[in-house]
Amino acid sequence: MDHRPPLSRHTSVPSSVPPSVPSSHTISRRSLFLGAAAFGVPAVLAGCGSGEPAQKAGGGSAAAGLGTVTLGSNASDEVPKKSLEAQLKAFTQATVKVNTVDHNTFQENINRYLRGTPDDVFTWFAGYRMQFFAEQGLALDLSDVWRDIGGDFTQAFKDQSTGVDGKQYFIPSTYYPWAVFYRKSVWREKGYEPPATLDEFTALAKKMKADGLIPIAFADKDGWPAMGTFDILNMRTNGYDFHVQLMQGKQSWTDPKVRQVFDTWRGLMEYHQPAALGRTWQEAAQSLAQKKTGMYLLGMFVAQQFPEADRDDLDFFTFPEVNPAYGTDSIDAPIDGYMVSAKARNVDGAKALVKQLAQASSQNIATKLDPGTLASNGKADTSGYSALQKRGAELVSKATHIAQFLDRDTRPDFASTVMIPSLQSFVGKPDEIDPLLASIEKQKATIFR
Amino acid sequence: MAVKTRRYSARDVTVLVAGLGVAIVVNVGLVWGPTLASVGLSATDWTGIGPIGWIGGRNYHDLATTYPPFWSAVRNNVLWLGFLGLVATPFGLFCAVLLDRRLRMSRLYQSALYMPVVLSLAVVGFIAQLVLSSDYGVLNAVTGLHVDWLGDRAVNIWVVMVAAGWRHVGYVMIIYLAGLKAVDPALKEAAAIDGANERQAFFRVVFPTLRPVNVIVFVITVIEALRAFDIVYAINKGRNGLELLSVLVTENIVGEASRIGFGSAIAVILLVISLGFIVTYLAQLFREEER
Repeated sequence: MDHRPPLSRHTSVPSSVPPSVPSSHTISRRSLFLGAAAFGVPAVLAGCGSGEPAQKAGGGSAAAGLGTVTLGSNASDEVPKKSLEAQLKAFTQATVKVNTVDHNTFQENINRYLRGTPDDVFTWFAGYRMQFFAEQGLALDLSDVWRDIGGDFTQAFKDQSTGVDGKQYFIPSTYYPWAVFYRKSVWREKGYEPPATLDEFTALAKKMKADGLIPIAFADKDGWPAMGTFDILNMRTNGYDFHVQLMQGKQSWTDPKVRQVFDTWRGLMEYHQPAALGRTWQEAAQSLAQKKTGMYLLGMFVAQQFPEADRDDLDFFTFPEVNPAYGTDSIDAPIDGYMVSAKARNVDGAKALVKQLAQASSQNIATKLDPGTLASNGKADTSGYSALQKRGAELVSKATHIAQFLDRDTRPDFASTVMIPSLQSFVGKPDEIDPLLASIEKQKATIFR
Repeated sequence: MAVKTRRYSARDVTVLVAGLGVAIVVNVGLVWGPTLASVGLSATDWTGIGPIGWIGGRNYHDLATTYPPFWSAVRNNVLWLGFLGLVATPFGLFCAVLLDRRLRMSRLYQSALYMPVVLSLAVVGFIAQLVLSSDYGVLNAVTGLHVDWLGDRAVNIWVVMVAAGWRHVGYVMIIYLAGLKAVDPALKEAAAIDGANERQAFFRVVFPTLRPVNVIVFVITVIEALRAFDIVYAINKGRNGLELLSVLVTENIVGEASRIGFGSAIAVILLVISLGFIVTYLAQLFREEER
């Protein structure tokens, strides 16, 4: 496996149109497309109309009280695809036509897709990614659906489904939390206890080092795993609200609060696995499985790297408190789900469908068929969960705020062209913080115009 | 040329239009069009959809002043060219000269050196990772070193260039070998009779006759250096020390970012660098024809 599991890396929305483009200097979209077509401008049109022939799933001709609903799905991998098909079988109010598109293609073309002739319902992600499209009027207000289903979800899920205007545009399906994972057997043998504060965390790391373990497994060759460390340190140090504002470009990266985050991180660096920039997350997870490292901050998909027999030996704790003002009230837990496009032709059918997908019964099917995920619905049946899934659900239910991971909480162009190289540069040279932050802030200004 | 000497029949015109027209359309549509479009787009802040805002040279200014990967990429592209041109290519020539001397088992050496040429650079990248990974790589395991060959920005570009050079050497060798086979043995005999030693015979007699081959190898080397992409992309997506201009273009345009204007500006810079070599090459070619 050379990539992050499908659920965890959905990061390819084309960036936004600059909000204030002087109209005297604009070219119409039409002539632009013609020009692009004539000249074959790379990637501009690639994948337009990449929808596969529609396939029937669920419903059936007998049902169809609400006609036909189309569903644009990025669930192109086998497990998620089966999971979705199984969930749709239970939907009888309308016939559902699923257009499955390879998930990378789907994400890279979402902008053009939504402005063209989108399906009624489409798979998408919570947080800034959702708000971005809602703000441009490409998504349908689902507040009335939320009035019906709201009782099944915690406030954190509702927040992540809410646009900047206070209305809901997203229906959560499944998610996976980030935490610090470890092997119970190793900890039992050495007598380690999960730390509650940063000091305890550091003391534990020191003890592990003395015991001949590398305390914290770490890898950032792929560029994104270090984002998880930054996210959690920033939320623990400065709180969720500051983190979100920073991601949205509303706070300065040269703020001493950000500097504080990197200082803390630098202090922990000596306990991190060295040579992280040449290692993939799978290799780091292997080192945890082989008991060479003591703990690993990652998403729950880390379990994939453990042989079936060892999975019960895997446990986790939430990243410890850094600043008592915020405690451990926030975590990263990317949520996948559904939205209804503003151009939906069958609005009633679409709303009925997303309501169905939000139900505990649908999500039970999802978590059973895809054990790397958790159900977002609070009433979902967790009795079939593995021990790890149960603990994951508990962790999220305790969190007041759920962040979506850096590359889903900010603009995609900022995440990929600025943050990945910058965090890698920090990991390589943890002492050069000030010039790095100044550079991020300068680059931010060229993107968030 | 003022006097029209001949009228074209309708048929001639049709043939001309069909023959030349298609070529022109293809050329304009696939070469000049995209090139000029890139130059035009590089002065905009287009994000792939919606209106285009003209921002003049701001992208170039941002590239040079606020985008750290840019200068790493320029440096790496220059290094790449220098390494292939000054190390890998001469080494390929050296191998060719040795093999041309009909060593015992020369076929075996020849095959061994040529083998990597059949691999794509992406595959070479995967092989390089098996050898160089700090955790499970062969090199560290055998030597007992703990060097982070792929993650340390101070060393990774060098080891990747060696991996790329591994393939390049075989490529250059086979071309030179063909050239050397074509050199008239009488020349070497004459040089030997005149009392030239091996080295003198090679540099004064054989090498100058290889001039046409040298031109081909030079062009190949430049092209290989400028289009280097797959190996660094396979290793770490061309980040953290392995930046190349071609990777930055991809990262900004095709990837998640969709900064079409900004990416086009990088592409234009790559174009200007390429043009430098192409113009030099063509100028030389034409001068030769005039002579």
